Parts: sequence; structure tokens; C-alpha cells
Amino acid sequence: MAQRAIREYDGKAIFSKHWEKYFSGFHYGFKSVMVTNGDELRAKAQEHGFEWLKQEALVAKPDMLFGKRGKNDLVLFRTNKPGDVTLEEAATWIDAKIANETILLSGQKGTLTHFIIEPFTPHSQDQEYYISATTVGEDDVLYLSAEGGMEVEEGWEEKVNEVTIPITMDDASIAHLIRANVPAGIPTENKERFITFAEQFYKFYRDQNFAYLEINPIVMVGNDMHILDLVARLDDTAGFMMADAWCGAEFPTAFGMEDQSPEEKAIAEADSKSGASLKLTILNPMGRIWTMVAGGGASVVYADTIADLSGNVADLANYGEYSGGPTTGETKFYAETVLDLMTRHKDPKGRDKILIIGGAIANFTDVAKTFTGIIQAFETYAERMKAHNTRIYVRRGGPNYEKGLKDIKEAADRLGLYIEVYGPETHVTDIVRMALEK
Amino acid sequence: MGALFTKDTQAIFWNNNASAIQRMLDYDYVINRVKPSVAAIVAPTSGNKFEKFFYGADEIMVPVFRNTAEAAAAFPKADVLLNFASFRTAYDVTMEAITIKGQFKTVMVTAEGIPERLARKMNQAARDAGVVVIGPATVGGIAPGGFKIANVGGTIENIINSKLHRAGSCGLVTRSGGLFNELSNIIAINADGIAEGVAIGGDRFVGSVFIDNLLRMESNPEVKYMVLLGEVGGTEEYKVIEAVKSGLIKKPIIAWCIGTIAKHFSSGVQFGHAGASANADAETAAFKNTAMAEAGMFVPASFNDLPKTIADVYTKLRNEGIVTEIIEPELKTVPKVRRKKEFICTISDDRGDEATYAGYPISSVATPETGFGIGDVISLLWFKKRYPKWATDYLETVIKTVADHGPAVSGAHNAKVTARAGKDVISSLVTGLLTIGPRFGGAIDDAARYFKYANDRGMTPAEFIDYMKKEGKTISGIGHRIKSVRNPDLRVSGLKKYAAEHFPATPLLDFALEVEKLTTSKKDNLILNVDGTIGILMVDMWRALGYSESDIDGFIEAGALNAFFVVGRSIGFIGHILDEKRLGMPMYRHPTDDILYNVEMADEI
Repeated sequence: MAQRAIREYDGKAIFSKHWEKYFSGFHYGFKSVMVTNGDELRAKAQEHGFEWLKQEALVAKPDMLFGKRGKNDLVLFRTNKPGDVTLEEAATWIDAKIANETILLSGQKGTLTHFIIEPFTPHSQDQEYYISATTVGEDDVLYLSAEGGMEVEEGWEEKVNEVTIPITMDDASIAHLIRANVPAGIPTENKERFITFAEQFYKFYRDQNFAYLEINPIVMVGNDMHILDLVARLDDTAGFMMADAWCGAEFPTAFGMEDQSPEEKAIAEADSKSGASLKLTILNPMGRIWTMVAGGGASVVYADTIADLSGNVADLANYGEYSGGPTTGETKFYAETVLDLMTRHKDPKGRDKILIIGGAIANFTDVAKTFTGIIQAFETYAERMKAHNTRIYVRRGGPNYEKGLKDIKEAADRLGLYIEVYGPETHVTDIVRMALEK
Repeated sequence: MGALFTKDTQAIFWNNNASAIQRMLDYDYVINRVKPSVAAIVAPTSGNKFEKFFYGADEIMVPVFRNTAEAAAAFPKADVLLNFASFRTAYDVTMEAITIKGQFKTVMVTAEGIPERLARKMNQAARDAGVVVIGPATVGGIAPGGFKIANVGGTIENIINSKLHRAGSCGLVTRSGGLFNELSNIIAINADGIAEGVAIGGDRFVGSVFIDNLLRMESNPEVKYMVLLGEVGGTEEYKVIEAVKSGLIKKPIIAWCIGTIAKHFSSGVQFGHAGASANADAETAAFKNTAMAEAGMFVPASFNDLPKTIADVYTKLRNEGIVTEIIEPELKTVPKVRRKKEFICTISDDRGDEATYAGYPISSVATPETGFGIGDVISLLWFKKRYPKWATDYLETVIKTVADHGPAVSGAHNAKVTARAGKDVISSLVTGLLTIGPRFGGAIDDAARYFKYANDRGMTPAEFIDYMKKEGKTISGIGHRIKSVRNPDLRVSGLKKYAAEHFPATPLLDFALEVEKLTTSKKDNLILNVDGTIGILMVDMWRALGYSESDIDGFIEAGALNAFFVVGRSIGFIGHILDEKRLGMPMYRHPTDDILYNVEMADEI
């Protein structure tokens, strides 16, 4: 995945790091801290430079990629009246939130772990503006509105000006275009300031390789900029050029996403250490059909075909691929992981387990070599596979495939496993049909 | 438009990816291409001038360059760049290639994960320059029977099984590179193979998209129908739908989008490529499949039924006479066992009836009536070119001029002493030759090198003199023990006169003479001497013959100038050796009164 979301705190840290370079003429205080519990916040308040945590009224909210925190009642900005939240109250609130599971209006649920704490910024609705940028098709699009906050989302069509900026447009033309599209609702005294800021914002978004950047609202008080809420995604393929520029921003998993299983984590770790590609996602641990497919495109068509032909997508237990010439050892590890998962639960309806060892015609992966790793895993798991009435269907082509097919057939026969093997003369996904029809 | 590649297409391969290049050359050999499909390799960090590859059982040399511009200059007709640089440098490599005017029609980019903004800039710059970008994140494409990119098609056995060795009638466009071979195979089994195939690449931003390729195939008479394999995510398929609806594309299209599985999983599971994520209903595979079917494309019920759909369309076209029987071509076979050659020779060949010098049989250069002199033979064997008469005459003039300079110089002296010790001609000659180097004979090399260096950088004569002073070097080629402005060296006068009459131009000599004016104004004997004149005129000769400055620098570094001195002076040395033999001179012993003895007792440590 190329475009990945970052925390609001990290987004603001990136702003702060580059503020002088991009936003000359404006001031940004970057009074933000990120903590994972109340004590961390209390400790932070003792540090030099963070005295404001004790001196100012605070706002606290979760910083875990999801939006609509206000509507979910997850923004602490008042105890009795807006702008009266103290350090201790914020710390207590955070500890209360992490103690219990949180369910969002969208139905996502999970435990809150990261919070951003900032000073309360008293301001009026008419000081709030909206600005964001992203890529649409081949172009960048800058969205500008004189109204910020929740207001802008209701009535987007009327309230937001879209400025489409082609990738090759020069800076002078960009400036001209933004000026021509400044929202009519911006008050005269702020117009020039807003235009200047919008230009600077676009260049910052562009040069820092953001894929999406939204400030809603941005509050302008003279030349003071208050970034009240920020959503950002980075193009992580640019990471190699941006390591310092991005202040070490993390790419957290979305809130409510189940944590990866130990098996998925182990495969991901093996993948990160290998020149080859190893991917595994468990879709349904109780599923009946398990796949070990070589190649990204092939793994998709096998999943498609299993869902189409089985009539019940819950039959499909996993999704994943091994490709790019994995070593025998890597293939063995991958196969053992899949076989272990496959032989943990009996099919609830008492049906056979189906193992699809599929793949298209390889460009350069040595099929016999990768099959050697699978055969070694068979040796270990043969008894368990038999206990689950496992039927194995193999289809593969590419360098040395005849030997690979012969070897795996001989091994399965020797171990007493049910197996059918096919080469390029058989349609790539047809083994799914054969397996399901038997 | 028409075909993307032909049997004459040649590529420059950026990165020395030996196995992929060998696969291309094996393919070329099997399909009987006249010229290899890889004209040159660009490898910025390689010190090699060429790489050897098998071509059938034999080996060929593919030249290696340090940058794309040099490779392009050497192979102006190679109009495909196979950019195998990593995701860190692939952008720069493509951008440089695009700026080489009129060179590349197609750039294939294999790297996956180029920063999106850079990929967008690269793709747009290519479009503006009229260059087709295939990729990024692709295995490439193929025009069966003509040109194959890198690893497309896999092994030769699979290429033949999948009928990728000769043109069929289908145009294939896929996003997935991994399924490219598979689809070729399906089309070979169920129809007659493909006429052209492109994997457009899996990244979010790719250069040429489905519609670009399908429109080209529509205009290519070899293509009778198309197979399009799309993917969940993006809206590129809708451009194709529009083109079909508007009648821009009339040929039948068999289409399928993979990733129908994604609809079963709300989020979090990435099925397929970076580009494969549906942000709206219209981007789902199922939605696109329905829309394509409604537009009149042939869409199977599931991927598993794709072979049948292809067979149906093909049979229909066969029955209508649009597709006709293909006559299978004769193929060559790549030998299973091949041996690398230990030595390479590019100047002469003794395998035929008569040995040749750079292609010229010896009998055609040897006798007087052939009109070839020793200068011609040198130009053939040293430079693999037939030089014009003014140049070969100059080479001979040089050899004659340097043939001897009396018995007192170190080389001649050594040769004489060795001959008097009773040694044979070869030993005596070699002892003489061994003195040739930085102090004896080397001035020719250095004069050419330094004067050319100054002239290349646009230094004035005064700046050059200043530069050499700062470097702490005397100016090679300037100065003579006896000769001076008033007492000129007639050898130099002769060379200058010859050059003035026969060389098309002598820019470096003109520069050197300006330098001489300044040096002789300081001291009368600081004239341009014979070594300097020879070296400098040699550079002027090569320039007039059309060599590039880097070619000439290469000659100087290889020692070609010194070589003229070696050949010429060998004549003189042999003369001195034969002289000693003829005179029957005894063993030479140097008189002790000519040696200053200053030997002290060694200290004990």
C-alpha cells in the first residue's frame, strides 16, 4: 500500500519542522503532546518547554486515525464550561478511556491507546477555515472553504472551491490559479493572508510527499495559525527520500482492526527479511479451503474463483502469496505455517479440507526448488493433514515445473496424502472447480 | 501508430541484468532475428567496455556505457530503453532518456514503488515528449516473433508452448505481470496466440494505461481482437468502455477484472497491487465487469470461464475469415551446453582461406600494387579502420622520423651493451625498448595529453603555462637541448609543413604554436620539439578523422602514441644491434674512473 495514514500529532510535527521554510510570515506554536496514558501526560508537564500543560486550559482527544471524534463524544474540551479542562482532568479522562473498550458510531470497536493534548483555543466560528489537498486522477486538487469544522461537510458542493493543479504546473501559474479560486466568503481583511497560506500549504503538501492533507478547521488569528484538527496520509514509497523530513512518523493500523495473528506476524517478518515476497492474511481460521499460491495476480484469481465457485466466501480460509524466487527454506516455513493453521480445527460440517497449491506460469522462479520446501513441510504435517481428510490440488508452470510436479506427486503418494497435480495445459484456476466438484 | 515493436527494434538495457539480457538474446536467436535486440547496456558503476553473451552456441559482445546519453549516441536507432534501475533511481533514468531528443519511442520501467509524485511527473513528461512508458512495476511486453522485453514469457520452452515465438492474432493488455504468461498460454491453447502483449504495471500511476494500448492495437492490422485483464481499483477500464461505445474501438474485446473477492471484505485486506483498492462502487471488479459486458465486450461469468470465452470469440473470427491459419515458422534451437570463450579478438581472423587484417585478406594489402603501405596496415590492425592517404602518410612520416636518434640515447645504448654481451637480437632489442617510458620517448604521450587537456577546457596559452607551473610540471613537448628559434629542428619543420599541406585542420598544433611563442619569448630554446609536434598532430589527425574527444583520450591512455615510438625506434635499435654484431665488438665494461665511488661502512643496527 502506497498511501498510509499518520497520526495527527505526527502530521503537526512535520508542519512544525518545516514551518519556517514554507510558511514565512505566519506563526505556528506546535503546542501538542502525544501520550498513551495519564501518567505520561503528568510527567510531560514537568518537562521544560511543556509548562503550558499546567498553565492553559486543555483539549484532549484520541489520535488513532479515525475521524468524527466530536460526534463520538471523544473530544475533552469542557468540564463545566468550554475551555476549563485542567491537566489533572485530562489525565484522569485519558485513563478512564483506556480502561474500557470504545465503540464508535460506525461500529468500529477497540481500545484507545494514543491521545493528543493541546491548549484550548478560544475562537469564533467565523475564524474557522477549511483547507485540504489530495490527488484526483493524475492531478492534485486543492480544496478551499471559508467555512471550517463540521459546517463544511454539510453542503460541500456549495461551500468548497476545488483548484485542480496539473503535475507539471509551474509555481507562478499555481499562484495565479489559487488567487483566482479563493472562496468568496473569506473576509476581505483575511483574503491576502488566506491566499498566501493556501499557496504555501500546497507547496508543503507537494514537496513533503503527502498523499492527503487536511486541516479542518484552520483558525487564523492575525498571522497566528492554529491547526485545530489535521488528517494526513503520506506516500510511503517516497519514504527513502523523506526519512528525516517526516520526523520518524509511524504508520499505525486503523482503529478497530484486529491485531495480526502470531502466524501473520511471523510471515510478515520473514517477508521483511527476504528478497522474495511472502504474504499471508487469515480470512477465516475455520475455513475449509486453504491456499498456497505463487504470485500476486494468481493469488487474486484463486480467491475470486473460490468465492465464485464455492458459493460461500466463508469457505476461503486465507489469502496470500509467495513469489519472487523464495528459497527452499522460506517456502518450507510458509508451507508449515499454512498447514499448521489448516489442521487446527475440524470442518464444522465434517467435510474434507482442501489445499490449493496454485500458481501461474512463473517467469523465473524455479518451481522444483520451491516445491522442495513444500514437500519438506508435508513430511512434518502428513499425519495431521490425513486426520483432516485433506485433499491437495496442485497447478503450476514455469522453469523446471515438470520436475516440481513429479516430486510433489511422489512425495504425497509416499506419505499417503490425496493429491492431484496439473501443469500449464490445465487452466490456472480449474483445480478449484475440480476440488469443489469432487 | 501500429505495432509497438518489430523484428528490427533494438533496445538499450539500463542495468546489467545478465540473466534477463541473455533471455532476450536466446529469444532473438530462436526466432532468427538479424540483429540482437539489446544494442547496448548502461551500467554506471561498471568498469567494463562490453559484456559477453551467448547468441546460439557462439558468444557476442554487447557494449557497456556509463550513461544513457553515450549509449544513445553510439546507437541512435535503439529506440527502446529498458529501465531496470531501482525505485530510487528509475525516475532519473527515465527523465534523462526523455530529454535525449529523437532517441526513445518507448521506455519500460520495471521498478515497483517509485514515489507517486515522481511517477506522475515522469509519466506526464513522457506523454508530453511523445514517449510511451510501459510500467512502472511491470514485467514488460512482447511482440511475438519480433521483440521480447527481458523476462516476459519465462523460459524458452514456455515461450514456444505459449506460442510467443511468432505473431498470433490477439492483442493482450494486463495489469498483472504475473498473469501475463498465463494469459499468453490460455490464448495459445484456446486461440492462435498473441500479436502483441503489454503488462501495463501494478503501481497506482502507470505511464501507458489500458486505453493507450488498446487504441494502438486497434490501429495495428496484425491484431484482430483484444484480451483485457483489469483489476479492482481505479477507473481506467471506463475509458475503454467509452471508446467501445463511441466506436473508437471496433475490434472485439474479451475483458475481465480480477479482484471480485474484495467485495466480501469491507476493508483492511489488500487484494493485489498498490493500485488495487476500490474507493467507490464503480471501482469494484464486479461493477466494472458488468459495465464492460453492457458496453458489448465479451465478459465471462468468472475467471475460470475465460478460456471458453476466448475460444468462442476466436472460433467466430475464424469462421468469418477475419483470422486465418498461421504457418508455423522454422525455429533455431539454443544448445543446452554452451562454453564461454576465454579470449576475444576483434582485429584479425585466421579461420578462413586466408588470414585477414580487419577484414582485409593479407594478400590484398601486402604487395605494392595494392596501394597499401605500412601506415594502412597499422590503421587496420591498431584502429580497425581504413584511414585516408593523408593520415597513413602521416603515420609513416612519424615512424620514419622517430626511427633513430643516434647511439647515445639510453635505449640504443642499452641495446648496444646487451648485444656486446653476446645476447641475441630479441634480448638486445627488449633491453632497449624497456627504457622507453616517462623519461625516454614518453614526451609524445604527455604532450598530446596536456595540450589536449588545456585546449579541451578552453585555456588560453598563458593560462596553460600558468596551470603547468602551478602543477609543478615542465611542459612536455616544449624545449630542446640544442635547437632553438634561430636554429630550428628541421624534423619539426617537415612535420609542420606536411600538416599544413595535407591536414584538413590543425587546431591543437595552432594552439601549441601560440604556447611556443610565449615560451620562446622567455628562452630561445623553449621550442615545440619533435615529440610534442608528433603527439599534437596525432590528436589533430584523429579529430579530423571524426573521432570523439573521449575516443582520442582513450587512445592516449591506451598508449597508442607511445606505440608509434616503439615501432619506429625498434628499427633504429635493431640497426645498432646488427651494427655491434657486424663489428664483432667485445664485452663492454664501464671504466671505473668514470664512476664516483662513495661507499661507507654500513652501520650495525
